[in-house]
Amino acid sequence: MSLLFETTPDGVSRYIDWILSGLGWTLSLALGAWTIALVVGTLVGVARTLPGGIWPRLGRIYVETFRNIPLLVQMFFWYFVLPELLPQRLGLAIKQMDPPWGSFVPALICLGLFTAARIAEQVRAGVQALPTGQRAAASALGFGRTGMYRLVLLPQAFRIILPTLTNEFMTIFKNTSVALTIGLVELTATAREINENTFRTFEAFGVVTIVYLVIALLAWQLMHRIERAVQLPSFVSGGGRK
Amino acid sequence: MTRSAFSLAALCLLMFALAPASAQSLSPTLQKIKDAGTITIGHRDSSVPFSYLDNDQKPIGFSLELCDLVVAKIKAKLGQPGLKVAYQAVNSSNRIPLVKNGTVDIECGSTANTIARQQEVSYSVIFYAPQFKWIALKSSDVKTTDDLKGKAVVVTQGTNTAQFVAKLNAEKNLGLKILQGKDHAESFLLVETGRASAFMEDDILLAGLKANASSPDNFAFLGDAFPSDPYGVMMAKGDPEFKKLVDDALTEAMKSGLYDKLYTKWFESPIPPKNINLKFPQSDKLKELVKTPSDKANGQ
Amino acid sequence: MMVDLSAIASVTPFLLTGLLFTLQITLVGVAGGIVFGSLLAVARLSQNRLLSTLATTYVNLMRSIPLILVIFWVFFLVPWAIGWLTNGGRPVAVGASLTIYVTFVLFEAAYYAEIVRAGFRSISTGQYAACDALGLSKLQAYIYVLFPQAFLSVLPILLTQTIVLFQDTSLVYVISATDLLGAATKIAQRDGRLVEMYLIVGVIYFLFCYAASQFVKRLQGRLAYR
Repeated sequence: MSLLFETTPDGVSRYIDWILSGLGWTLSLALGAWTIALVVGTLVGVARTLPGGIWPRLGRIYVETFRNIPLLVQMFFWYFVLPELLPQRLGLAIKQMDPPWGSFVPALICLGLFTAARIAEQVRAGVQALPTGQRAAASALGFGRTGMYRLVLLPQAFRIILPTLTNEFMTIFKNTSVALTIGLVELTATAREINENTFRTFEAFGVVTIVYLVIALLAWQLMHRIERAVQLPSFVSGGGRK
Repeated sequence: MTRSAFSLAALCLLMFALAPASAQSLSPTLQKIKDAGTITIGHRDSSVPFSYLDNDQKPIGFSLELCDLVVAKIKAKLGQPGLKVAYQAVNSSNRIPLVKNGTVDIECGSTANTIARQQEVSYSVIFYAPQFKWIALKSSDVKTTDDLKGKAVVVTQGTNTAQFVAKLNAEKNLGLKILQGKDHAESFLLVETGRASAFMEDDILLAGLKANASSPDNFAFLGDAFPSDPYGVMMAKGDPEFKKLVDDALTEAMKSGLYDKLYTKWFESPIPPKNINLKFPQSDKLKELVKTPSDKANGQ
Repeated sequence: MMVDLSAIASVTPFLLTGLLFTLQITLVGVAGGIVFGSLLAVARLSQNRLLSTLATTYVNLMRSIPLILVIFWVFFLVPWAIGWLTNGGRPVAVGASLTIYVTFVLFEAAYYAEIVRAGFRSISTGQYAACDALGLSKLQAYIYVLFPQAFLSVLPILLTQTIVLFQDTSLVYVISATDLLGAATKIAQRDGRLVEMYLIVGVIYFLFCYAASQFVKRLQGRLAYR
């Protein structure tokens, strides 16, 4: 592991600084995209559970579009295609955005919206799994639609879907690696750069693999704690014991 | 999950200690080629005119023709006229690892011979000597390196150029924002679409990319030129017999005038895919190297 | 932005070559992944502590790291690993296609393993007892009774994972392989037609995946009536 403390070619930093920088970008991208995904995903998921009209259909179009195109292709769309489709000046302004923001912002939007589609499906499943009595009772008690969702349906739905959300949370950290293709120097890109500079392939990739394992572990622990904390005794499936 | 994740991490660490060293034996590369009945040539996708893809996506180029001479010699040496030739696409990030791990037997592209790289691989005698230049869109109004202060520039991943620009940036305090393209075509695209103000690479490679662009006249070289590293055919380290074979093939071509003929074909005549003539005569430095072949990197 | 239709016609053959490779990777990945994944699932459920720990470790490791990282690992290091095991230390040449197939089988197997394991857990314990009572050997029990039931119960999820695999193949882009996306990128860079090529590729992927996911939905509906 001595590699970590050796000096890099530009003579200014050490390789461990590169890894920390890559880690920083990975975490920022993952957490930022997760926030977007939760907000947008919940809205779209709720839209799909509404009784009628245009919202369920719009929600369906959103989900089908973002789920049936590979993440990498979507990244290319946001990074390469969108600036070309916009009016000249706006497109140019986007392209002139300083790196690494020029790569980070499209990656953030892309990953956020992609994950939102998956969360939307889970929210929909969670809400639809609730007994129909819940809606009826909420109406009877005088809740409007917003109140019904906010105070009755969603709190319960989220508790039901926490395991799948955990899975999604861990997946988003892995999906950040796709951003390396549009130039974001996140963790996997850092491994490759260290390899290109030192040719110590095993060590470079080994260190980064271990970092991902630690991230996965911590993410899983975090979600598990949340799961325990918000459990409703009457809704625990599978007995709650591991 | 805790325990198993960490136990596998421990396993990984254990494998560090057991990573293999390269073995010394009589011409292992030739033995491997003989056993496989195939020689694998590494080629590039967009290193015009050395090694690139034509309109039918087949690899062609100056380096590849030089390597054909090497293959002929190998066929003669092994007594296998039916030896198959396989082509493996490589890019500047993975060419060295692929030569080291034996996926590619000889890499025929535009790879620079440097002292640092000689720790990892071996090089043949030098077959080209370029210099570094910047290329930019004419419309962007940059004329010299100093005009690039604080701007975004692009280099290709894993090249000696990437390291050079990093050093240049630090030494001259240019505050450059350095983007990295996956291969030369992508780096060029970043300039074409306006994401980067300039692309630095060996002058000949830039000339090739410019010639094949959809609007070549939109691009211009900046005035500054910097010394670059010479090109050689890359092969695995620790096989002097194989290296001698490759060197002999190349030096014979240089002595017999075949090298000059091939040079004229690729650098001073119309070439695929757009039948454009690069008009790049041999520099004085190159003529010297053809007269007295050498495999020394800059600074050796 | 002009869309040049004749240009699209001329590049179609190359795109089809790319699409073919994508489908090949998917096929090999599914077949190899399900086979290896099933073995892993059985290993995880086995009584042998060493076997189940190894299998669990493998599955958890593969599921924690990005596919791109696994692609880099296999691409750079498998020849050394094979050489170390068989060739006395010298690396063994492994072609790019073979490397890609190996990567996807190894990676997807971990995901298929979890699905198959869930399938096994959904089989009622009475089945195992019945197999014993009928005098079936372990192997016969698995082949004739247990696997079929496990697979059938999670078939929709297996198919969904296959659709995910199909999308994941696009990541071979990072090693410059010529799958559908790789072919489109090469054309895009050569001809300066980024917008058209990436839009076309997006549409192609969408059509394939949408059709497949609709099929899975219908299958799910029919299986629910069993």
